[in-house]
Amino acid sequence: MTQIPDLLPALPEIFLAIAGMALLMLGAFKGDGATRLVAYLTVMSFVIAGFLLLVVVETPAETFNGMFVADDFAVFMKILALLGSAFAVIMSQRFIEREQMARIEFPVLFLFATLGMMMMISAGDLLSLYLGLELQSLSLYVVAAFRRDTVRSSEAGLKYFVLGALSSGMLLYGASLVYGFTGTTSFSGLAEAFAGGGEVGIGLILGIVFVSAGLAFKVSAVPFHMWTPDVYEGAPTPVTAFFAVAPKIAAIALFVRVMIEPFGELVQQWQQIVLAISILSMILGAYAAINQTNIKRLMAYSSIGHVGYALMGLAAGSEAGVRGVLVYMAIYLAMNVGTFACILCMRVNGRMVEGINDLSGLSRTHPLMALVLAVFMFSMAGIPPLAGFFAKLQVFLAAIDAGLITLAVIGGLTSVVGAFYYIRIIKLMYFDDPVESFDRPIGNDMTLVLTGTGLFTAFFFLFPAPIVDAAARAAASLFAG
Amino acid sequence: MVIQGLAFYLFALMTVASGAMVITARNPVHSVLFLILAFFNSAALFLLMGAEFVAFILIIVYVGAVAVLFLFVVMMLDIDFARLREGFLNYLPIGALVGLILLVELLLVLGAWAILPESELRVTAPAPEAASGLTNTEALGNLIYTEYVYAFQVAGLVLLVAMIGAIVLTLRSRPVRRQRIADQVNRRPEDVLVVRKVDPGEGI
Repeated sequence: MTQIPDLLPALPEIFLAIAGMALLMLGAFKGDGATRLVAYLTVMSFVIAGFLLLVVVETPAETFNGMFVADDFAVFMKILALLGSAFAVIMSQRFIEREQMARIEFPVLFLFATLGMMMMISAGDLLSLYLGLELQSLSLYVVAAFRRDTVRSSEAGLKYFVLGALSSGMLLYGASLVYGFTGTTSFSGLAEAFAGGGEVGIGLILGIVFVSAGLAFKVSAVPFHMWTPDVYEGAPTPVTAFFAVAPKIAAIALFVRVMIEPFGELVQQWQQIVLAISILSMILGAYAAINQTNIKRLMAYSSIGHVGYALMGLAAGSEAGVRGVLVYMAIYLAMNVGTFACILCMRVNGRMVEGINDLSGLSRTHPLMALVLAVFMFSMAGIPPLAGFFAKLQVFLAAIDAGLITLAVIGGLTSVVGAFYYIRIIKLMYFDDPVESFDRPIGNDMTLVLTGTGLFTAFFFLFPAPIVDAAARAAASLFAG
Repeated sequence: MVIQGLAFYLFALMTVASGAMVITARNPVHSVLFLILAFFNSAALFLLMGAEFVAFILIIVYVGAVAVLFLFVVMMLDIDFARLREGFLNYLPIGALVGLILLVELLLVLGAWAILPESELRVTAPAPEAASGLTNTEALGNLIYTEYVYAFQVAGLVLLVAMIGAIVLTLRSRPVRRQRIADQVNRRPEDVLVVRKVDPGEGI
């Protein structure tokens, strides 16, 4: 008699999968006119999945023969991913209706991408890692090319697909090497295999290098970042807003889990890899963004830089470092969602504009929006007392504790360089003459998103405890097992 | 034992011979038919090894689907295979050399191949013991639908997304002319037919 696996730890995922298929059916019968309904139901299912995650799922648990892990770390990251996706669906609604992109598959693909993210975050085996990653990436390739009649969008989708397939190939090659040299794909089995601290063969190292290269590609860390600016610029703006937040969070979570759980004993082997890509990402993110004139491209380089800072916490390889990464990603979520909400409001006479110069004199035409955007920019630059400062502080402290002084110093220097282009935007908004005014009204949904994320970013320093405590618990759960 | 040995050599020879015919036959349709013969013989070889599931999958998937697809492609595309094969002999020595080098490399690599002894202890899905009475179809079923049911289901979702993606990116709804049976039935000769009197040599 075979036993039915315990489904409870995976309940949110199972719910989302069923909801996705049900919404697909609904859309198939109702047609594209029901896009708004499907979008709202998608957001609803994210909320329910989050509820199930917080209330029903008991941590720590694992199921499906250890292929699926539910611990505090997974819950924390999944909540972030769900939040990011829900914001992205809400923000995209108006845009896709205006631009004749309103098809029911759009929110459904967001839902499946989110499902893939949650599976990645909960992966307990190289096999489930890869499948989750592929589910997420495949949905993302499609939404990137969703405006199939414009060259830029199709180009973005194709570029993302080709390079993404390449990175999946590298990841699989690395996974096969790791499997070949250890005989197991499960994370706990791998951790056991390395526990002795014996000699590590060159083949195994090669495998780890390939796995981390594949993962670095997914988080768009230098030198695997080439796709990011083009895809961010070419994809429809709400899709870019989605790309910049939820998949990044999931990929960082996966990176952290893979490095800490199965390869935790091999810190000295992978630390230099993470160190190198962290430094390179911070430097490139700071310098390459200076010359940009397109705000979406600028955000792409900015996100490369942020990934560099987040990886600094991972490079520390300590519990404090992982906690830093988690706090960083939570704050990154708020800042980026808010900034993209502003970008989505950049419309002149019913046409989207993307140039940085279009923001000139925003303080006179849209004082409140300029204020919120200024908060986000100051926060991204890491000016105290805004949230971005605390995010950077956490990872810098962790790096210094781990003895990586050089890394922290480079991080400090690159944030100074990065501050230039963030603050240039503020200068444009407050000190330059206004160009054409953006269209009004921006809509209740945008106002809500901007207010929420703006308040969070501005006043995080008053109430940091809930998030920092949750992150600390999550980080501890990763090191416990 | 003797019969098994004989059968093995028979099927193996047939496989190799039909493999050779695949690349030498002048008519591409014959090539595909020889390919099908090669598949059947390799299926028989798998049967001899006791891998009945793989044998049947080979026939169902490769013969039933892949080879037939090849056949369609070969019949539909007008490819002049004789011209493609021109100059084959000129390149034979260099091709043989490359093949030889590859063979030596493979022998060197595989000859020195050693699997970590500890890794065999951690194998998650060892082959079932012959004494357990489990056929390999059952053993595979256990692996796919019990042990790795999670991976199996997620793979299904990945395929679903691939399907949605293909439809989203390529389907264009064109105005389709539908059949209206009522219109066809109600059609009367005087609506569509005009009888004209045409003078000889004049035309309309």
